Amino acid sequence: MGSESNNTMTKADLARAIHDLGVFNKKQSAELVELVFNTLKQRLESGERVKISGFGNFEVRDKDARPGRNPHTGDDLTIEARRVLRFKPSQKLKDQLNATPVSEDELAQIRE
Amino acid sequence: MPMTKSSLIDAVAADADLPRKRARQVINTIFDTMTNALAEGKRIEMRGFGTFAVRVYDGYTGRNPRTSVPVEVDPKRSVHFKVGKELRERINGAEGVELEDDGDESDDT
Repeated sequence: MGSESNNTMTKADLARAIHDLGVFNKKQSAELVELVFNTLKQRLESGERVKISGFGNFEVRDKDARPGRNPHTGDDLTIEARRVLRFKPSQKLKDQLNATPVSEDELAQIRE
Repeated sequence: MPMTKSSLIDAVAADADLPRKRARQVINTIFDTMTNALAEGKRIEMRGFGTFAVRVYDGYTGRNPRTSVPVEVDPKRSVHFKVGKELRERINGAEGVELEDDGDESDDT
């Protein structure tokens, strides 16, 4: 169906969840997902912070120019001043991710 | 003024011409569904916006900075967000940004 894989959630999965509310048809459901993310993008583009309680906060930050290096050639270069988007997950979201302790398998993967 | 979940609900209600109650249902469904996906260890890919992925962090021995008493910090999971190309470019204005990444150590798309 619309779903990419068992391991990745996409907009199609969100549209399906909205459709499952039994209120909107499939086209409306997909349009609502687009509307929500377009709204978030517009606000962030204008430099506003977005705070979704229970999920997390998005914040645009200004980064100064700094010296860097081309990782392929090793040449020195200047990384231009730029704006980056930071996401900080809420404590509630982090708690939900840690409802079960981190397993030995998970640890083995990051320790390798 | 930051946008909050409540003002997002207002915006969606106005733009989609929905009762506020319906708009709230939509927004809650979206973030609850995303939360559940992450809790199951799934990645979330929102094209044009960015990707969310669960990352595991190893435990370590920290120190209470005031008392300098060592504390064991357990391994934990958190969420890493990587901004999508479209949003990254919009945030930086029209002129192209040279770097592929946001300068993070991130490895994938």
